[in-house]
Amino acid sequence: MTREGQFRNPSGCAIAAAISRDGRRFSADRIIKSMIPMHDRSNGLGGGFAGYGIYPKYRDFYAFHLFYDHRQARREVEEYLKERYEIVLSEEIPTRKIPEITDEPIIWRYFLAPLRSVLRSAQLDEKEFTARAVMHINTVIDGAYVFSSGKNMGAFKAVGFPEDVGRFYQLETYEGYAWTSHGRYPTNTPGWWGGSHPFALLDYTVVHNGEISSYDANRRFIEMFGYKCTLQTDTEVMAYIADFLMRRKGMTPEEMAEIIAAPFWSTIDRKRDEDKARLTYLRTVFSSLLMTGPFSIVVGYTGGLMALNDRLKLRSMVAAERDDMVYIASEETAVRIMEPQVDRIWSPSGGEPVIVRVKDGAY
Amino acid sequence: MFSIEATSLHHQALNERIRAGERELTVENVLGQRFIAAGMSDKRIDIHGTPGNALGAYLDGAVINVFGNAQDAVGDTMNAGQINVFGNIGDAPGYAMRGGRIYVKGDAGYRAGIHMKAYRDHIPVLMIGGKTGSFLGEYQAGGIIVVLGLADDDRDIVGNFPCTGMHGGRMFLRSSCERIRFPHQVTARPASPEDMNAVTEHIRTFCDIFGYDAEWVLDADFTVITPDSKNPYQQMYVAN
Repeated sequence: MTREGQFRNPSGCAIAAAISRDGRRFSADRIIKSMIPMHDRSNGLGGGFAGYGIYPKYRDFYAFHLFYDHRQARREVEEYLKERYEIVLSEEIPTRKIPEITDEPIIWRYFLAPLRSVLRSAQLDEKEFTARAVMHINTVIDGAYVFSSGKNMGAFKAVGFPEDVGRFYQLETYEGYAWTSHGRYPTNTPGWWGGSHPFALLDYTVVHNGEISSYDANRRFIEMFGYKCTLQTDTEVMAYIADFLMRRKGMTPEEMAEIIAAPFWSTIDRKRDEDKARLTYLRTVFSSLLMTGPFSIVVGYTGGLMALNDRLKLRSMVAAERDDMVYIASEETAVRIMEPQVDRIWSPSGGEPVIVRVKDGAY
Repeated sequence: MFSIEATSLHHQALNERIRAGERELTVENVLGQRFIAAGMSDKRIDIHGTPGNALGAYLDGAVINVFGNAQDAVGDTMNAGQINVFGNIGDAPGYAMRGGRIYVKGDAGYRAGIHMKAYRDHIPVLMIGGKTGSFLGEYQAGGIIVVLGLADDDRDIVGNFPCTGMHGGRMFLRSSCERIRFPHQVTARPASPEDMNAVTEHIRTFCDIFGYDAEWVLDADFTVITPDSKNPYQQMYVAN
């Protein structure tokens, strides 16, 4: 099978998200439905979902989701994991055989606790330790790919239309306080299971509609910090940038938006002094993380999400609220099918993030 | 009235039903179907629900009422006819339209009226009752864009970078536009009574459709924006 990076053809996609600010968990049914009126934005070469709060019984363990091309890869990965983690549970991810989804790899999940002794000798905090383990498996072990690695969350993706991918993974049986979804229309790469969205590292996930023309500049910068972009897919670098800025640099989602969709200098010039100073600082220090080209994205993380358009708003995106729920989608129709009556619906401006935080203690 | 139930109809099937239906018809429960009424000339269509992208693309004389919000690229390359949207409209309404009218009660997204054009007596009109996003009238080559700013809030009447690349046509903003920055190749000035002649009747029609008091709407400062040059790209080419 041709993988991402081995082939390029010179894209449209669909994104959607739903989140409860009260931390109420709800079934993935709703988010799967959102992809139906946007069906024509995908071409069957990729669909996926990320759910937050879906593994409450295992909330303290890293949930690794893996694709394996063959059993040898699984043996190698398990050997690698056993030296570093206590494997609390290891199981095949339940799937449903449906004619729309074929050629599936071996799909496995693990719930993992890092071994204290190994952590101590590595002198790393457990998140950094785990991010490095993901990078190792994805770049060194042939035929293995970690596509989800956070706590109490999970990404699920495949080649197919997103509605079918949702049925394939039996997502209606999962409940989360936040869901994001993606329907893919790949234009640069062939569409491999690992190349579907969401892209995830630890609990950061990204679904993306668009094309990052600054990909290579962003990739060169982020690879200096130990991230390895293996798929030549622009969205992969965004997941790593989210992890770099929010986890390693401790930045807020607002600051991340001001870096990756930094305003034009002419717009910064018109800001109040304190805003001007902050925006100038961020745009100067992190100039290599400015993302150009069209995008609408939803970045998911534990306890919230951020939706963002490129500063020129070259992709469509709407946001809506109803009671404790916030909805994001490429098209208003996707919101209307999830929630016909909304309290407020609006189109955020380019570069203006929509940030939703779940109440403390509710997730 | 002849009525079509759109639930779970694909856009192609929905358009076939519209073409086969009576001249005046209603479509109920529209949810995301694209290209509705594309190229149609002799219909009068009331749409309930949320139509998908490219509503009324290449429209050639038909009249469409949308009782809800519309999405992106409404009236793309429209030639004639009228589209009235009783809610908001998405990005790029009137994209390259060259005739007919689009009236929107609420706000518009980014790039409203991008590359509108005109030819002799074919003068398209795009009128937005609320406010608009950035890049209003980007590359405008002809026709008339009007923004009334009737929303009661402190947002500017347009976002950033209006009239970028504008080289034809006229734009009217119901505002003194003190805070709006225009590019160098256009002139913005208070609209004179002669300028207003081009839009007064359209504004009255707009007010009739959406229930505004036309005298109140017209009793305000309007700014008219026109490009400076008939040939703004001259300096980019070798004279020959």
